[in-house]
Amino acid sequence: MAFRRVAIVGAGMTKFMHRALETPKELAWLAAKAALDSCQTKLDQIGCVVVGSAPDAFDGVHMKGEYLSDGCGAWRKPYLRCYVGGGTGVYAVAQGFFQVASGMFDTALVVCEEKMSACQPHPQAAFITIFDSVTEQPLKPNLLWIFALEQNRYMQVHGITLEEIARVSVKNKRNALGHPAAQLGAELTVEDVLASEVLAWPVHRLMVSPTSDGAAAVVLAAEDVARRITDKPIWIQGVGWCLDTTYWTNRDLFYPEYLEKAAWMAYRMAGIREPRKEIHIAEPYDPFAYKELHHLEGLQLAPKGQAPKLLADGVFDRDGDLPATPSGGLLGVGNPIAAAGTMKICELFWQLRGEAGARQVPGKPERGVAQAWGDLMQVGTVVVVGTKAPQ
Amino acid sequence: MNADRENGAPRVVRGTPVDLRALKRGKIFFTSYTPRLRYAWDTGEAISRYLEELKHGRLIARRCHRCQRVMIPPRMFCERCFRPTDEWVYVRDSGKVNTFSLCYVTWDVRRLKQPEIPSVIEIDGASPGMGILHLVKRVKPKEMRVGLEVKAVWKPAAKRVGSITDISHWEPISRRG
Repeated sequence: MAFRRVAIVGAGMTKFMHRALETPKELAWLAAKAALDSCQTKLDQIGCVVVGSAPDAFDGVHMKGEYLSDGCGAWRKPYLRCYVGGGTGVYAVAQGFFQVASGMFDTALVVCEEKMSACQPHPQAAFITIFDSVTEQPLKPNLLWIFALEQNRYMQVHGITLEEIARVSVKNKRNALGHPAAQLGAELTVEDVLASEVLAWPVHRLMVSPTSDGAAAVVLAAEDVARRITDKPIWIQGVGWCLDTTYWTNRDLFYPEYLEKAAWMAYRMAGIREPRKEIHIAEPYDPFAYKELHHLEGLQLAPKGQAPKLLADGVFDRDGDLPATPSGGLLGVGNPIAAAGTMKICELFWQLRGEAGARQVPGKPERGVAQAWGDLMQVGTVVVVGTKAPQ
Repeated sequence: MNADRENGAPRVVRGTPVDLRALKRGKIFFTSYTPRLRYAWDTGEAISRYLEELKHGRLIARRCHRCQRVMIPPRMFCERCFRPTDEWVYVRDSGKVNTFSLCYVTWDVRRLKQPEIPSVIEIDGASPGMGILHLVKRVKPKEMRVGLEVKAVWKPAAKRVGSITDISHWEPISRRG
């Protein structure tokens, strides 16, 4: 592979919260500074800055990338915003990887920020415009529809029950209790989840991630720089992404084929042939409970329709064979869209360095995969990281 | 130098949740803005014809001669073959439910007593799996199921304007006997 080796050498994030006093720019600054401080790196050592943020409509700030630039540490630096909807937070790290792997820069700072509380009374209104303006918006859709339609199709095709889906909420919200940034950590039962309000059957309230304000950031460095900065670099071993058609009513929603393609792109690059054996931790995107299962299947970490059974068997518990979302995920830590994806990369960084504290996965994990998803149920973004330098 | 960190991972993270009581008492400053934007979306070649046919109470699709898919909503190019589509094909105003939801909230999160039933409806006469988004009514929530056969209920001709809402909704095809 004609790439330079690239490692994550620092990570930082803000609290995730329902409504932050800080402005978007201040949130970006807090996360960027925390990431730089974590590896004793100064801004003048940073070659370029990449920012990721979801649609401008959430923050209500036009040209949000430019607005955020000062908070991201981009003053008089090569700077760009990247965007693939909800998949942005993981993709942004891939975008930073390209800058360094290509040889253009020795270091890159990647910052993702979202402030959803600004949109009143609820950011749902900002979501309506993702639907086709002529053939769908006149039906007055809301965002819950597509999740409910997809979850129902997934359940129907495989005969999956609501109890099986509810276990994801229980696991992730419990995992989040150990995360200092978490917004919604909780000790719940399957019964609690199923007793919560039905918003859009089969989706119950406790199967939905909250809207959040927050930011997360990582520092990337080329091999020689990375080895000077830390003796525990976490290498980016593979990246992949893929977009399916916007004609979403023409696809069978039970399985994310675009994610399968994205995952294999990243796995091939990482030299992975048997993902279920060679991946030790997964951080799949979990904006809704069923999505974690859907994504574990797309990531080739469970056979189609089998993720619920593996979950029930404890495979995805923090001390299971393949811990999934040890961070607590979007359901537990919170879902400031782009920042949530980067939070998952931060989690792998801490886990693989053995620094995750109360959340630490046992057994010295060596490799993890983070994934995010978004747009009109059509994008998969994947990053594989590990303790071993790529071949 | 990293007093707030344990082995490098954060124990203390920064960020200040807004105190909602202080907010209500006017102790926290904020400004607000309500955009007044208007857009006029041109409906384009394929969808203009689709809307015209809706106004006449018909559903129309486009066929690609290479992959042989009959596609609805119609499009002037095939996104898979990446070539122009070839012909207009009328399809039926009936189909079966591919997936659905019973939705108890509106787009602005107001609660509904009776759920809306957004559904993906696979259209008869289009290729398998070719669905459109619409609403099913006149069915009890408990009787709603994947695979249910439904037909379009059109607005009266005089009230049709060339919109997807010229179909008022879809309802189950009633069984005789």
